[in-house]
Amino acid sequence: MNLQRAAIVASALAFAVGAHADDFITVASTTSTEQSGLFRHLLPEAKKALGFDVRVVAVGTGQALDMGRRCDADVEFVHDKVAEEKFVAEGYGVDRHEVMYNDFVIVGPASDPAHARGNDVEAALKAIAQARQPFASRGDKSGTDAAEKRYWKSAGIEPKGAWYRETGAGMGPTLNTAAGMDAYALTDRGTWLSFHNRGDLVVLVEGDNRLFNQYGVMLVNPAKCPSVKKDMGRRFIDWVISPAGQQAIAGYRVGGQQLFFPNAKPGA
Amino acid sequence: MFDIAESFRIALRLVLSGDPELGHIVWLTLRVSIASAIIACAVALPIGAWVAVSRFRGRHAVVVAMNALLGLPSVVVGLVFYVLLSRAGPLGTFGILFTPRAIIVAQAFLVMPLVAALTRQFVEDAWLEYRDQLRSLGVTTRRAVPTLLWDVRLSLITVALAGLGRAASEVGAVMIVGGNVDGVTRVMTTAIALETSKGDLPLALALGLILLALVLALNAAAYALREWSARHG
Amino acid sequence: MASPAAFTLETKALGVVLGGRPVLEGINFYWDGATRIAVLGANGAGKTVLLRALHGLVEPTTGSILWNGSPDRAPPQAMVFQRPVLLRRSAAANVEYALAVGGVARAERRTRARAALAGVGLADIAGRPARVMSGGEQQRVALARAWATEPRVLFLDEPTSSLDPAAASEVERVMGGIHGAGTALLFSTHHLGFARRAADEVLFIHAGRVTERTPADRFFDAPRSAQAAQFLEGELP
Repeated sequence: MNLQRAAIVASALAFAVGAHADDFITVASTTSTEQSGLFRHLLPEAKKALGFDVRVVAVGTGQALDMGRRCDADVEFVHDKVAEEKFVAEGYGVDRHEVMYNDFVIVGPASDPAHARGNDVEAALKAIAQARQPFASRGDKSGTDAAEKRYWKSAGIEPKGAWYRETGAGMGPTLNTAAGMDAYALTDRGTWLSFHNRGDLVVLVEGDNRLFNQYGVMLVNPAKCPSVKKDMGRRFIDWVISPAGQQAIAGYRVGGQQLFFPNAKPGA
Repeated sequence: MFDIAESFRIALRLVLSGDPELGHIVWLTLRVSIASAIIACAVALPIGAWVAVSRFRGRHAVVVAMNALLGLPSVVVGLVFYVLLSRAGPLGTFGILFTPRAIIVAQAFLVMPLVAALTRQFVEDAWLEYRDQLRSLGVTTRRAVPTLLWDVRLSLITVALAGLGRAASEVGAVMIVGGNVDGVTRVMTTAIALETSKGDLPLALALGLILLALVLALNAAAYALREWSARHG
Repeated sequence: MASPAAFTLETKALGVVLGGRPVLEGINFYWDGATRIAVLGANGAGKTVLLRALHGLVEPTTGSILWNGSPDRAPPQAMVFQRPVLLRRSAAANVEYALAVGGVARAERRTRARAALAGVGLADIAGRPARVMSGGEQQRVALARAWATEPRVLFLDEPTSSLDPAAASEVERVMGGIHGAGTALLFSTHHLGFARRAADEVLFIHAGRVTERTPADRFFDAPRSAQAAQFLEGELP
């Protein structure tokens, strides 16, 4: 009887076949990057060039870096320069390279009750705070959230009050909330372009070069994490900053628009 | 607002065109859900049956605990397994985090209390009916367990199905330990969650309709099996 | 069966309290299996509890039950209940199950089961699922199951009460065969005609106490206790 049971358990596990450890790496990235659709476009090209799978686990930036600290990822691909540099300084990451940037925009109701429209992010935020118009924030320690908090700070405002709603959620759900509440929100352009549930929201603030969102890629430090697939990880990083990888990034379009602008410095 | 008819159309289109991505997600969902249901049943059926027939001090507390586990928040289970299976955790050397195996393990764990509690109920009812006759025949409590399990096998089909349904509908724990990796650990439920958070509600709903149809089909098949078996004693 | 092993069954001041109520009190009983005993009494008098206690399914609250002078030297025995309790499998599998529990080897189980079912006239439908059989057939399967284990004593708790007359007389016939093969019978019933035909002695129970023990042929014409007389007047045969 016990033997039968063991056999059932064993076959059940085998039934859901696992992969061999040699043919993939794990990249920790962010939900906004995944939801932009970039990886759908980029990873097949990477596989063709490199010969192994790249598996992306998309979580918030905070969790993505934490994954690196726990050695659950081989490569980090996030967009929070301050947090990334801290990660490297603490010894968790090595070989950091800048990869690409995209930009943030502020969306809001088409009627723009706060008169935020324009190309000045700080002026826009001041206007929204003064008019106490509803603003949906991620509040989830993600790269986008960290950027948003920095903009408020440089505008000299501490956003507090019933009008400032923190969802504690990813970009998509936060936009869902904003659409539902006719609220303003800061979002990366990529998520916005693929977001279908816009309700009454439109892009109101863009083009301010403070809104540019820099992505970095780095290897999780093999000295701290012996399980890191350092050779494959390095090859992936090298490819992504190589002309071929950079071209693949630039080639990704949504609705005819380029979302990500490669800016890796060669040999850096 | 949004059009449920459109979702039906999307669902039909996906299914009839044999969309390969959909096929892959459905196949993965079935694989991991069936595997976790099998494991959960293998472990919890005997436990539920044994608790049903034994008499020991503290039995009542055990039954209460078993029923309480039904309310185990799945996201907590996901978190616990995430910490256990992480490379930094005690079971990290197996390297199964973010693979289907992690999903199977977490789901199995979530389904076990359900299977145990339901089995206990069915076996206890049968034990009440059979106890005197079985004791008269000299059947020990230990021997009664497999006998009763086989005898209530029709009800156990229902139990296994409840477990399978529970597994297939899990999303929180699967997100956490599976990572919703495209093409690897993306199942129906996490795909629905992803499309919802991307704001593509018609597609999310369409996937939901397909998942419902799947679960309904499984239930119908099991119902037919029960009817056929009951008629043939 | 070779000449059956002798045994004695004795209860001393047997008392059973269930749910706070005394159900049996002060039962003193001695039996060597030579006679077939019918236990009679009104509903709730304690017939079923007595049988279950003698068979070992109910613990005595006071007093003792001794087989061959000791509480744990009971010979092989079996019991048939008012409603047959059969497993969800074929009739033959039910009988084979009882033999398997008794440690009989697989090949022998099959032959003995088949013989037992043939003995109760169910050879043709031995493979049929027991649960889809009629009440009478099910009771005969229960009897075959009990018989196949070669018990020295067979207890039967109202074996014909839930059966129609035709099925009941089949059961009577089978019981006769079992007794003829050497098994001692002790049964309860409220079918008086059946008791008269199938028993040598009558044990009458009233309100948890034995009020008389009389040979069957005399009991029905001239019971010794007032309660038994009242009982016979009230009941129609």
